[in-house]
Amino acid sequence: MLRRLLSNDMPGSRILAVLLVLLVVGLAFGPFLVPGVKAINVAAKVLIFIVLVASFDLLLGYTGIVSFAHTMFFGIGAYGVAIASSVLEPGWQSVAAGMAMALALSCVLAFVIGLFSLRVRAMFFAMITLAVGSAFASLASQLSDLTGGEDGLTFSVPRIISPGFEFAKPLLGVAMDGRLICYYLIFGLTLVLVLAMLRIVNSPFGRVLQAIRDNEFRAEAIGYPVVVYRTMAAVIAALFACLAGGMLALWLKYNGPDTSLSMEIMVDVLLIVVIGGMGTIYGAAIGAAIFIIAQNYLQDLLALGNNAASSLPAFAALLSPDRWLLWLGLLFVLSVYFFPTGIVGTLRGTPERKH
Amino acid sequence: MTETEIQSPMPARKVTPIWSIEFDLRPILLLPAIALVALPLVGTPSTWLTLTVAGLAMGMIIFITASGLTLVFGLMDVLNFGHGLFIAFGAYVAVATLGPLVNWTGSPELWRNLVALGCAMLAAMIAAAALGAAFERIIVRPVYGKHLKQILITMGGGIIGEELIKVIWGPSQIPLPLPEALRGAVSLGDASLSRYRILAVVIGLVVFAVLAWTLNRTKLGLLVRAGVQDREMVEALGYRIGRLFVGVFVTGSALAGLGGVMWGLFQQNLVPQMGVQVNVLIFIVIIIGGLGSTTGALIGALLVGLVVNYVGFVFPVLTQFASIGLLIAVLLWRPQGLYPVVNR
Repeated sequence: MLRRLLSNDMPGSRILAVLLVLLVVGLAFGPFLVPGVKAINVAAKVLIFIVLVASFDLLLGYTGIVSFAHTMFFGIGAYGVAIASSVLEPGWQSVAAGMAMALALSCVLAFVIGLFSLRVRAMFFAMITLAVGSAFASLASQLSDLTGGEDGLTFSVPRIISPGFEFAKPLLGVAMDGRLICYYLIFGLTLVLVLAMLRIVNSPFGRVLQAIRDNEFRAEAIGYPVVVYRTMAAVIAALFACLAGGMLALWLKYNGPDTSLSMEIMVDVLLIVVIGGMGTIYGAAIGAAIFIIAQNYLQDLLALGNNAASSLPAFAALLSPDRWLLWLGLLFVLSVYFFPTGIVGTLRGTPERKH
Repeated sequence: MTETEIQSPMPARKVTPIWSIEFDLRPILLLPAIALVALPLVGTPSTWLTLTVAGLAMGMIIFITASGLTLVFGLMDVLNFGHGLFIAFGAYVAVATLGPLVNWTGSPELWRNLVALGCAMLAAMIAAAALGAAFERIIVRPVYGKHLKQILITMGGGIIGEELIKVIWGPSQIPLPLPEALRGAVSLGDASLSRYRILAVVIGLVVFAVLAWTLNRTKLGLLVRAGVQDREMVEALGYRIGRLFVGVFVTGSALAGLGGVMWGLFQQNLVPQMGVQVNVLIFIVIIIGGLGSTTGALIGALLVGLVVNYVGFVFPVLTQFASIGLLIAVLLWRPQGLYPVVNR
């Protein structure tokens, strides 16, 4: 049963299995284990990022192509829900309508970009997506009538998942409100989406993607049209990212350029995939959890270090909590050098690929 | 012996210099064509002239930053996603240099301004070259021939560099004012041409002339061009292409530093993210030009500069997509770029 659910892709390492179980249990009971607004926000963000990062891993880890426009699809999903909910009557219909529009737009955009740039070389895709992604981000802040510009959009979500909706007395000190329902909605969606992605990468289709990643010419020679498969991978990844964006908008009841479209998020996603382990959906999950928790709690630690080093101003500037990306970047470069298979690959003992 | 000619099975491919008749002129003709098409759209000739000079200036600045990147790619098949770092670093070094020279930049005499600016540019180029040498050694060298890792690790290097710039100069925007005598505009009929933009065009032309001369008229340039065409052959002839590559990388970084100063003066303020922002334009330019081609990079940069300025005036909302639209149009016409480099 479990084997079937995981599409026969078992963790393959005892430590990894323990980590995954801890992750699932922690997220499932998170709101009760660590009560508080910050904890539930962090947990929800972990869930959303798991989907976003895993979808990026479909491209980077499984197909071997780098996209820098992945947050564009994340943003399209978030804006889809946000715009539909603020223009139409707030409710499930508008959420669904917005999501459907966003999915359609993502599908078309990913298809066009993929078909256009994957034809030549995979490297083109990286460069063109970087250009398209940044152009889209500034377009979104310019079309302020539709997107709210830099300020973004604040909107109302369906009543059942809004914080004002209380359905029972507080249990174990946790308010039984719409927020909690929203959290578990996202939890359920994440679980389904991650399992779906596991299914995709372990299907014959996923095997072809990995064959293309490992040897493009050989895959073409066996008779798989590389461009078609790569474009399909790009479209599928875009759709999952779009869904993740929709979940983000539902959770925050707000969307703006900085929350879903910015280059910073793209960089975060890239770092998470590589540190977690490319080419494993589990790596995305573990990486996202570690990263988001570190982002929210490790910065406090850096602040401590900053205070401790305040007698040496130059050193203190390096330890400022705002500069945590510096340390993460170093970790990223080191892990590309020394642990190219990431946390999960190292735990599984996957040998490094030759190229 | 009879007069039998030994015919090689394939005619040797001729490298056509830019001044020969066989040189493909159509991409160059694209420039005046676009400028002419834009004239009725813009309306008044004076505005059109202002926009054209602005576009050419912007194009020249982009070309200066892009030339190194495209050569590095052509020569060694290395695509540096951290190239923007050199641009930003150069610009920040220029700010640091111009700070103490405030008496010279504030002076109304043009020559004092130019000397101060020259110092800043020199400092920026030296600093960017040093950074480039370190970057090549630490970041790029271990990942030769591994494309995926290259993209990842140069991106990582770029992120670290951007954060270090934030540590040194702070995360917020800092101004980079133009020297006194370069502010304002020269009027030519009804059109007003910003002085700095004219200077930028001149500097760009000088850089292009020096580059073209080096590439076409010196032994070093011959080796670089040969390396772009066929790296292994150059190695087989006994030249150490690795050293050549380091040289090109460092030169490219220095040019990026120069371009960064010019870009900073063009925008008149600096943000640590400027490297990534310019990098986007550079990528578009070198894809348009044909990866590895210097002439292509120049034409591509000028095209992008012109189109962005015209579109920015006629349809301001579409500015961000102007360069991408141009890219798509060019690739539909020539999928390998304007001047494809043969063996890629």
